[in-house]
Amino acid sequence: MVPVIEIERLTKRYGATTAVDQLTFTVQPGTVTGFLGPNGAGKSTTLRMILGLNTPTEGTVTVDGVPFANRPRGLRHVGALLDAQDVHGGRSARAHLSALARGNRIPLGRVDEVLAEVGLGKAAGRRIGGYSLGMKQRLGIAGALLGDPPVLLFDEPLNGLDPEGVLWVRGLFRRLAEEGRTVFVSSHMMAEMEHTADRLVVIGRGRLIADESLAEFSARNAVTSVAVRTPELAALAQVLRAEGASVRRAEPEVGVVTGLPAARIGELALRHGLVLHELTTRTSSLESAFMSLTADSVEYLAGEAR
Amino acid sequence: MSATTLSPVRPGGTRPAEPRPRFADLLAAEWIKLRSLRSTYWVLALASLAAIAINLNAVHTDLTYIDHPPAPIPGFPPYRYDPLHHGLNSISAALMAVAAGSLGAITVFGEYTTGMIRTTFAAVPDRRGVAAAKVVLIAGLTSLAGAVVSAASFFGSNAMLASRHVGLSLTDEGCLGAVLGYAAIVPVCALIGMALGALLRHATASIVSLVMLLLIVPMMFGGDRYRLLKEIGNHLPLSAEVRLTFNPNSSTTMGKYAPSVLDSWVTLGAWAAVALTVTVVLMRRRDV
Repeated sequence: MVPVIEIERLTKRYGATTAVDQLTFTVQPGTVTGFLGPNGAGKSTTLRMILGLNTPTEGTVTVDGVPFANRPRGLRHVGALLDAQDVHGGRSARAHLSALARGNRIPLGRVDEVLAEVGLGKAAGRRIGGYSLGMKQRLGIAGALLGDPPVLLFDEPLNGLDPEGVLWVRGLFRRLAEEGRTVFVSSHMMAEMEHTADRLVVIGRGRLIADESLAEFSARNAVTSVAVRTPELAALAQVLRAEGASVRRAEPEVGVVTGLPAARIGELALRHGLVLHELTTRTSSLESAFMSLTADSVEYLAGEAR
Repeated sequence: MSATTLSPVRPGGTRPAEPRPRFADLLAAEWIKLRSLRSTYWVLALASLAAIAINLNAVHTDLTYIDHPPAPIPGFPPYRYDPLHHGLNSISAALMAVAAGSLGAITVFGEYTTGMIRTTFAAVPDRRGVAAAKVVLIAGLTSLAGAVVSAASFFGSNAMLASRHVGLSLTDEGCLGAVLGYAAIVPVCALIGMALGALLRHATASIVSLVMLLLIVPMMFGGDRYRLLKEIGNHLPLSAEVRLTFNPNSSTTMGKYAPSVLDSWVTLGAWAAVALTVTVVLMRRRDV
């Protein structure tokens, strides 16, 4: 399929800081693409450059073959929710969306349609300043849907949503992708994307770390390990290491073995007459895979010495 | 978007063609934004009412002095009432200037301080169009307010003075120019406010610098000891307004180095042009 968002050697520098560094990837239609990275990885800056809000220092980004900033009107091409707070709190949701719709020559009837769709129909006349974060997220999503666009960008859309809201948003993204649209969603939580995205673009410190399907990402990064509980850990570890496994001692009597399946470990223990109290296979979560993948590129680390 | 294979498959069929972009749509969008923030247009409406009230009250209070003029001082010309100086007075002009400037500043910095500007530009990537629509709307509204205040003050005060036979009409010397100048200062200050809002993108900084520029700076360039300083003072916005409302038949003088009427009109035009350019260029160029 022809990619809709094409990013090539995209770079953004602020003085000595490089927020986005030679980033190259594409986003395909008909899928939900997760855009993952720790805080400060450059996700928001990249999204702003896609929308022409920030000018790249180097490189190019096009949507449907055209730099978005060259479009006279945007809502029918790209719907975006960058930050739910990017609204004027003094206006009502209806006035806010009406202004956006009017500027793009979208019939005002569409405003109440999208408000109903995101569940804000009853709150439409209230000041946005009095909204909860979750309601603002819904309003932002309503704004993104206003122009019925083929491309949708969302920056951390699940923040502040209640569990019902999260389920609704996931369903919405899926539906939008099934309609053939391009859905590009950023997050700093792998767990959020695990149930939402088909593809992943992972960045850290402004650089591309991974660009693949969720299945490929799991196959490549999810590590299987086996926990063994035995009073004779030292002896067992020696046996297992001789077979090429690596053993890490987690507790005095518990070792974590990688490189050998549980069945093989059991056989080896039997052959050497070693007692086993527990033998458990563990598959690490995608979250921990993501964390180990981006560990080198975390910008803000708690307890970090500087 | 053209009808390519990229069009999403919708239950309703193919994607409709995009309507041609029109400037009028951007203007209407800005009008919705302004209208939906009550505090902004109230600033202009209340200031206009107050300005008219101040002008009419000033002249009304003066009726006593016209009926009972002070005894002539030896060596000075006899007292002559100046309806332009009192009816289009500088307190109201300063009030309108600050109110319009604030309105202009608010409409620009309000977008930046709230983050709304990103939503605005994502919806309309044509930034020049957005900036132009804002400028046209604010300049239009403040011109209207200026015209209403100026006309109401001039005709109202001179109607009161008619019974004392000192009232002026629009056809009297200098009057039409005075009424136009008194109205024009309002949109010029609104544009200056917009430029400061675009430059500083901060609420307090924008308003403080507006008041500094309009009201404090003229005090520093008021003296006529050094011609250069006086000339700078002459070319500040409210000085131009004072010159344009000066009654050519007044018993007072304008002092040394007074600018011509044309000079003051050019001054107002130059402030407007520079402010407009600054607003549009800054809104277009900067990252948001």
